[in-house]
Amino acid sequence: MDALMNFGTGIFGGVWPAVWTLIKIVLIVAPLMLGVAYLTLAERKVIGFMQVRIGPNRVGPWGLIQPIADGLKLLLKEIIVPSSANKAIFIIAPMLAIAPALAAWAVIPFTDTLVLANIDASLLYIMAITSMGVYGIILAGWASNSKYAFLGAMRSAAQMVSYEIAMGFSLICVLMVSNSLNLVEIVNAQNSGRFADYGLTFLSWNWLPLWPMFLVYLISGTAELNRAPFDVAEGESEIVAGFHVEYSGMAFALFFLAEYANMILVSALTSIMFLGGWLSPVGFLPDGILWLFAKMSCILFLYLWFRATFPRYRYDQLMRLGWKVFLPICLVWLVVVGVWMMSPLNIWK
Amino acid sequence: MGSMKEIFNSLLLKELLKGMAVTGKYFFARKITVQYPEEKTPQSFRFRGLHALRRYPNGEERCIACKLCEAICPALAITIEAEPRDDGSRRTTRYDIDLTKCIFCGFCEEACPVDAVVETRIFEYHGEKRGDLYYTKQMLLANGDRYEAQIAEDRELDAPYR
Repeated sequence: MDALMNFGTGIFGGVWPAVWTLIKIVLIVAPLMLGVAYLTLAERKVIGFMQVRIGPNRVGPWGLIQPIADGLKLLLKEIIVPSSANKAIFIIAPMLAIAPALAAWAVIPFTDTLVLANIDASLLYIMAITSMGVYGIILAGWASNSKYAFLGAMRSAAQMVSYEIAMGFSLICVLMVSNSLNLVEIVNAQNSGRFADYGLTFLSWNWLPLWPMFLVYLISGTAELNRAPFDVAEGESEIVAGFHVEYSGMAFALFFLAEYANMILVSALTSIMFLGGWLSPVGFLPDGILWLFAKMSCILFLYLWFRATFPRYRYDQLMRLGWKVFLPICLVWLVVVGVWMMSPLNIWK
Repeated sequence: MGSMKEIFNSLLLKELLKGMAVTGKYFFARKITVQYPEEKTPQSFRFRGLHALRRYPNGEERCIACKLCEAICPALAITIEAEPRDDGSRRTTRYDIDLTKCIFCGFCEEACPVDAVVETRIFEYHGEKRGDLYYTKQMLLANGDRYEAQIAEDRELDAPYR
């Protein structure tokens, strides 16, 4: 590592830190984009299998080149800007959607040392950055100057606001028990406890003591992602395609990439907050980045499974779930965790 | 009491898990996809595909221009014009089927008293220009000549049920 640093400084001189950061960014974003591409294939395959079909299998063996063909097609297609649209915002909106989805990865710890920016307020940073994603959707809906796009944007805005609160409260419980806003420390805090001492680390992870919060986070995460059954912002059958109805070509592909990059992001966050990140589930196996990927894959599969199973929520049911079910559960469990931590039964000391 | 039970059931996500169990089960089910160009589903001998005009074994065309098919066609896809031929027999001078209008109901072959117009098992055909799917008498007769063996076999199989 030192040799690499010296080599870099020798070639680039003073700008080497910037170049090195760029290299690290590419090292994160490139596999992420590959993951996004193959997540779309996995989605079509999984949903196909659950509908007793076999999914794409024509382009390459088992359809493995399908995402590349899709990407190429979208890349070559024309971007149509509606004549009554606000051109500047129409073009900026997809960028606003994808930028936060990528920026959030800056603080995601892959292992305790492998993290681009190990900052102390990383949880706060994640909350702030992921909330930005909705601006892309709102601006896209507004700039399209189309009633369906506008309806989709409005729905998405209201939905994001409602579920952000439930999500925030469940994360407050996490930060209470791990006593830190730093994602690395949140994971490390899950490595100790009575069960961890027996070698059963997976029972010491946050999902068990914070079970209701884990469910709330998982479900409101799905809602944050605008994924089925919470995809009212797209709602093909009611409002055509919602906010991105007027988009085509690469502009549409950016929304698509943003949605799937966000899926991977939220699955990574769920793994880190509740499932012990890179920690191995049992004492005798080594910790490592593969555990994080395994946990993320399970959660991603769960999202695909949800989409294959549940019909879309009606809009008022969605609001009811956010405000009248999740919020009270969160508030109650917040108090429960607080009392638990103050009582002699505290397991997080 | 009942409402308490309901609240518990919904908090435990009981019905959601039940739904996911169903889709989860089908994830492992045997897939029923037919890989179309390589695999095909079996066809009935009553399959109603591309039309054809048949001939008698001596080469004489069967159609006697009675225009029953034209009359019964619910989509008005058939156009017939007829004149006496030099030998005095009544034949069509024009027999067109517009396949873009046709609904493949099979009424024309039901109506035909001499089994002249039939629908074959052919369903893989296409047109690349406007008008390509407007079939004239020559094209229909050519279809009949080409698929006569299959057509005759299918009529034979269907005969006991008529």
